[in-house]
Amino acid sequence: MAGTAVPGRLTWQLAELVEVVVETPHVKTIAFDVPSWPGHQPGQHVDVRLTAEDGYQAERSYSIASALDGTRVALTVQRLDDGEVSPYLTDELRPGEKIELRGPIGGYFVWEPSEGGPLMLVAGGSGIVPLMAMIRTRAAAGNHAETRLLYSSRSEDDVIYRDELERLSGDGLRVVHTLTDSQPPGWTGYARRVDAEMLAEVGPRPAERPRFYACGPTPFVEAVAEALVRLGHDSLAIKTERFGPTGR
Amino acid sequence: MDELMLDGNAIGGLLREVFAVEMTTAVGTCGDCGAPGPVGAVHVYRGAGIVLRCPHCGNMLAKIVKSDSRVWIDLTGIRALEVTI
Amino acid sequence: MPPRAAKPVVSRGWRGRRSADVDSARVPPGQYVTKDFPVLSAGPTPHTSLELWDFSIIGELAEPRRWTWEEFRALPSEEITRDIHCVNKWSKLDTVWQGVSVDTLLEGIETSAEYVTQFSDGGYTTNLPLEDIMGGKAWVVFAYGGEPLEPEHGGPARMLVPQHYFWKSAKWVRGLRLHSTDEPGFWETNGYHNYGDPWQEQRYQGD
Repeated sequence: MAGTAVPGRLTWQLAELVEVVVETPHVKTIAFDVPSWPGHQPGQHVDVRLTAEDGYQAERSYSIASALDGTRVALTVQRLDDGEVSPYLTDELRPGEKIELRGPIGGYFVWEPSEGGPLMLVAGGSGIVPLMAMIRTRAAAGNHAETRLLYSSRSEDDVIYRDELERLSGDGLRVVHTLTDSQPPGWTGYARRVDAEMLAEVGPRPAERPRFYACGPTPFVEAVAEALVRLGHDSLAIKTERFGPTGR
Repeated sequence: MDELMLDGNAIGGLLREVFAVEMTTAVGTCGDCGAPGPVGAVHVYRGAGIVLRCPHCGNMLAKIVKSDSRVWIDLTGIRALEVTI
Repeated sequence: MPPRAAKPVVSRGWRGRRSADVDSARVPPGQYVTKDFPVLSAGPTPHTSLELWDFSIIGELAEPRRWTWEEFRALPSEEITRDIHCVNKWSKLDTVWQGVSVDTLLEGIETSAEYVTQFSDGGYTTNLPLEDIMGGKAWVVFAYGGEPLEPEHGGPARMLVPQHYFWKSAKWVRGLRLHSTDEPGFWETNGYHNYGDPWQEQRYQGD
């Protein structure tokens, strides 16, 4: 099912910051009110544009973290220490202030509850964001499609939406974490990078004709997509969104 | 595989700006290897301008240069483009 | 006539990652100075082994020339410090390179050609009048900041032609082709300016 085309050229809209939520030591969710927001699908993103006093501009893309909710658009942003845009969004922008964004953008990396499952979501670091929009949309729709999330993070402290994922587990949603750099005492879960063996253990079998969505740094997504194909999954059933170099 | 490589999702906004319809779901056929695929899945490189490459054979599908008021697009690497309107 | 875009909204206190305290006389119009070195590329990073690498001068000249890596590295080289300017609006001041002057490579050459095309691994090309890479204006560089040039920055060797926007300094360069007619290159055929002088802000065709 192709996404419906949203007609007309994109324009920059003013978005007012209404809420800031600290997710992890390096990650915040910033929620905006966008008065003429046309609505969005889970997996879509926005482009954000900042303009300095002297006209200098920078643009960045951020996945929408929230399910459809009127004019509310939430972005989950990882603060990169040497970032040009992210430190401003996470540390400087105050509720009531406005930024420019345009969207929603994207129709390829989208999942709607009507598409059903089995669904497997594979997230590397901040790649969880668009997948969380899918999970939240599924929950809001009362959808029971069989869904697995395999989520790779450096450590427990870096797991975004940890409590919410736990709450939403069950009712067809299974969440599996792997912590690659450090694990808490007593950790019995995966403690390595996602590989073919892990995907085979956690994921559905090719015969179940599952759909995959993989998102995260480019090397992560490349490795996951390759492994899935080697495991016998249909490459057309694997959708990917690459975020560029790790931690950039 | 290059760390810096992105995919067609990353230029979704730019393509909407130019074509006035959602383009990441458009299906392009590579002029070299003939493989069809969604624009969202093509490999994207950022140089002075933007280059789109076939994820199967590496062939250059398109290049895009954008100024404030104009966009230049070379689509000669794409044999056909199917767009939902 | 479509409505003019609204004036962008300024973000309070945001400057991006630009350097402050910059001598504005050194910054071409529309440019901003950075301390980063952004990696820009039209395709995957080539990885040509030094055993297979060569640099050629071909086209309209009496005798083509070719150097292997060893031969190229045996040529006299020099340290070059220059400002570089990318058409994407970032400038980097006082970049330090090590390389061979194009004058050394072209020494004694017999040609009636007036134009030159740089060509690279991966198929990239960029064009210039031949006189704009002669007379101390261009180098084939193999080191940056005192270290061998990394593949993502164009290594083992790239062109350095600092008087033009940096897309006219080809990464992964493998040679120069001389000809009597101008042949617009990879970006020049798709919107970027044929000459690309940053001081006249020649970014796009028609500028």
